[in-house]
Amino acid sequence: MFPRLTTTAALLLAGLTVPAFAEPDPKDWEAVLQEARGQTVYWNAWGGDPRTNDYIAWAGEQVQAQFGVTLEHVKLSDTATAVSTVISEKAAGQTEGGSIDLIWINGANFAAMKENDLLFGPWAEDIPNWALLDPQENPALIEDFTVPVEGLEAPWSMARLVFYYDSARVAEPPKTMLEFLDWTQANPGRFTYPQPPDFLGTTFLKQALLELAVRRDPLYAPVEDRVYDEVTKPLWEYIEALTPDLWRQGQAYPQNGPAQRQLMADSEIDIAISFSPGEASAAIANFELPDTVRSMVLEGGTIGNASFLAIPFNANAKAGAMVVANYLMSVEAQLHKQDAEVMGTPTVLAMHKLTPEDAARFADLDLGIATLSPADLGPALPEPHPSWMERIASDWEARFGVAQ
Amino acid sequence: MLPFAPRLTIMILLLPVGAGLAGVLAPAFGWFPALGGVTLSLDPWRALLAWPGLSSAVWLSIVTGLGATLISLILTVMICAAWQGTRAFTMIERALSPLLSVPHAAAAFGLAFLIAPSGWISRAFSPWATGWTQAPDILITQDPNGFALMAGLVVKEVLFLLLMTLAALGQVPARRSVLMAQTMGYGRMAGWVLTVFPRIYPQIRLPVYAVLAYSCSVIDVALILGPTRPSTLAVQVLQWLSDPDLTLRFQAAAGSVLQLVLVLGLLLVWRGGEQATARLGCACVRRGHRMAADGGMRALSMVFALLAVLAVGLGILGLAVWSFAGFWSFPNLLPDQFTLRNWMRQSGGISKIALETAVIGSVATVLSLALVIACLEAEHRHGLRQSNRALWLLYLPLIVPQATFLIGLQTLAISTGLTGMRAAVIAAHVIFVLPYVFLSLADPWRAWDTRQGLVAASLGAGANRILWRVRLPMLLRPVLVAAAVGFAVSVGQYLPTLLIGMGRINTLTTEAVALSSGGDRRLIGVYALSQTVMPFIGFALALGLPALIWRNRRGVDRG
Repeated sequence: MFPRLTTTAALLLAGLTVPAFAEPDPKDWEAVLQEARGQTVYWNAWGGDPRTNDYIAWAGEQVQAQFGVTLEHVKLSDTATAVSTVISEKAAGQTEGGSIDLIWINGANFAAMKENDLLFGPWAEDIPNWALLDPQENPALIEDFTVPVEGLEAPWSMARLVFYYDSARVAEPPKTMLEFLDWTQANPGRFTYPQPPDFLGTTFLKQALLELAVRRDPLYAPVEDRVYDEVTKPLWEYIEALTPDLWRQGQAYPQNGPAQRQLMADSEIDIAISFSPGEASAAIANFELPDTVRSMVLEGGTIGNASFLAIPFNANAKAGAMVVANYLMSVEAQLHKQDAEVMGTPTVLAMHKLTPEDAARFADLDLGIATLSPADLGPALPEPHPSWMERIASDWEARFGVAQ
Repeated sequence: MLPFAPRLTIMILLLPVGAGLAGVLAPAFGWFPALGGVTLSLDPWRALLAWPGLSSAVWLSIVTGLGATLISLILTVMICAAWQGTRAFTMIERALSPLLSVPHAAAAFGLAFLIAPSGWISRAFSPWATGWTQAPDILITQDPNGFALMAGLVVKEVLFLLLMTLAALGQVPARRSVLMAQTMGYGRMAGWVLTVFPRIYPQIRLPVYAVLAYSCSVIDVALILGPTRPSTLAVQVLQWLSDPDLTLRFQAAAGSVLQLVLVLGLLLVWRGGEQATARLGCACVRRGHRMAADGGMRALSMVFALLAVLAVGLGILGLAVWSFAGFWSFPNLLPDQFTLRNWMRQSGGISKIALETAVIGSVATVLSLALVIACLEAEHRHGLRQSNRALWLLYLPLIVPQATFLIGLQTLAISTGLTGMRAAVIAAHVIFVLPYVFLSLADPWRAWDTRQGLVAASLGAGANRILWRVRLPMLLRPVLVAAAVGFAVSVGQYLPTLLIGMGRINTLTTEAVALSSGGDRRLIGVYALSQTVMPFIGFALALGLPALIWRNRRGVDRG
């Protein structure tokens, strides 16, 4: 009696959760375009950079004119707020008509949302401009911090770990992690990194780990207790040696990338870390850094990844969101974004998949005085599995983040 | 209707406050089905206790919370005792409204730019006096003891407590009392502290509690000035909440409950301190020391007053200069080049956003004010004092860490389908505005001399007529001050606006906080000034209107 009742109840419940109308199917792009027309897409994205905000506003004008989609930028100080909102909506049982249509997300936030079934899809590999990408050549497009993307998010820009330094104060910047140690010992107090668990600070740790680890392969699988200590031992010895000569002797750290950039502008430090190869040029144009600042990368390559757009499982305007994501992957939008005057971020598109004319337009772009050319950026190292990042961040906190 | 006002107010707040609390308590004990937490457990607490920084973070919260409150109160008392009734005091009074309007975060940014090794003070003396051509490596802000954080809190809270004291002074014949004490040979300060302060303190007790709760759980100021290894408990809770690892949200909820217990504990400690101080004061009176030689103390209190005024004033001036700055290198005292671009870039949407901010703030303030006055008048007319005990509920939103509290509130709002609407945002603001309006107004309201009402009644006036024609006019100043405080609180709300407005409702603060996460002092300057202007109008009206309205009847609002 009871089992049957519960089965009926489950069926009923399941019937209730099936949406009243079918989800938009990206394989039928014409239908998606039709459904998207007139929709308003609420895009939740970090709002801390006026240049990114201007770019999003520009993209909004374009999708309005070309596809009749209204784009509203919900400016966040922290992406976690958007994740919270989707969780709250799920907790309140709101399985459709949610308030967020598109989120700028990547890495650990993506892994967490994917694991908790908070994302719509798969859709990203079925939208038309996916054909302009080459995931074989650029695996960061289908593996976000080693977590398979599986079409649940679409890339819209590439990111690379670079360092920038003031060439007026630093003649010969260090080129390896070990040279960094020598340089800081010779120039005490002139270098620091954002305090983990800030993603930039954690990326610095991961970069050091990649260079110092005897074996790299365990880093690309979920972290295992039995190898963790052995793999990370050189990292902690290195940080231990580095810390006394950091800015403020490691008693305080900047809280994030922007705070670190301000220290650079105030001449408190001489070398800083960035995840955007165009950041230094952009900051010079924005009066935030002196025009003697230049970018550099480490020998042997630096960590690279992609920034993505995801659609929550309960988004209200899924068709509109896909149209926006597809537009942001277009030649026009990517070209505008890579322009040093606009944002200066590297494109996700594969040059050999474009027409020769389009590829030439990318080659002709002026990247800005402090931006490295794609050739000078060197090889991109893939991100380790996100479990390493969490483990290293909490280990750093226990060793260096809580003063005794 | 009126007798039900307290109950109505509590009912209006019970649901959202209850939802907010449930949103904290349930996950603290492992219950959060949306994240797979479907069994009750103590695991979140075990995880919290296992965090290596816990004891330092808690200790830091206690020290900065108690320290900032104690120092602020002592400075307020010193300044009032030494200078009330003098010209210098009137000048401090005039400086209050612009300085109070500076948002906490902006004041903290401004202070940081003043005192950092690469800051304005250091620039003023470099390189000619110090020889520094690049900033020295000295730990000033983010110091592990939290001194910079306390300083950032004190400069703002002294001004707030001064305002509250000013509003309360109307109900106390301060000058006469001090004169009386002086004729008995007491020093001016001793006379004020022994005869006026005991009557003032009960009136500003709730604001002092609010300062204590705020100082212990503040986030933005702590992020800018506070230590980071570890930071205070409240900041740490926020960091767990924004961590991509969603399981940390359980630990964050447990941390929020601990924070709540911490604040309640500090309030109890403070309460004990009040009694001890009262006993000390009585003992002091019995001893009979006159403490007449207080010239040095008076000068010192003026120095402290000037320091607080300068810290906020120069800080906001620094941000104003930044808002017009091109590149500005160390050790230059002024920017290398000036530009209007920072303002031009933001000017597009700002008027629409400012209007939205004003509408939300005004409606939330008027609603809160109406509810508070109805409660207080019901208490007066119907002797509903006992129901007042339930009003502690009002203060919960102030002492539960906002980030966790709001998640429960947001879940409630989503399930009622009200999110994203202006009315819902206003309602959410009322939850945070009402306690401030209540704590600003309750004590001056109760301190009103009821014999005035008796006189009016004997002349044939009914209860309503007494309220409208006697009590409210006499209490115009504290009512307007309460409204100005409430308005400023509404203008400053970030998370409630964002989480309940779902990004559909933009205010100056949602824009400011999002943009300042980019760390550009130029933009922080632009928005800090825009954010300051709006509450400034409120405070200026509150302090200026009574003088204007009662220019022919001096003394109406002075008891």
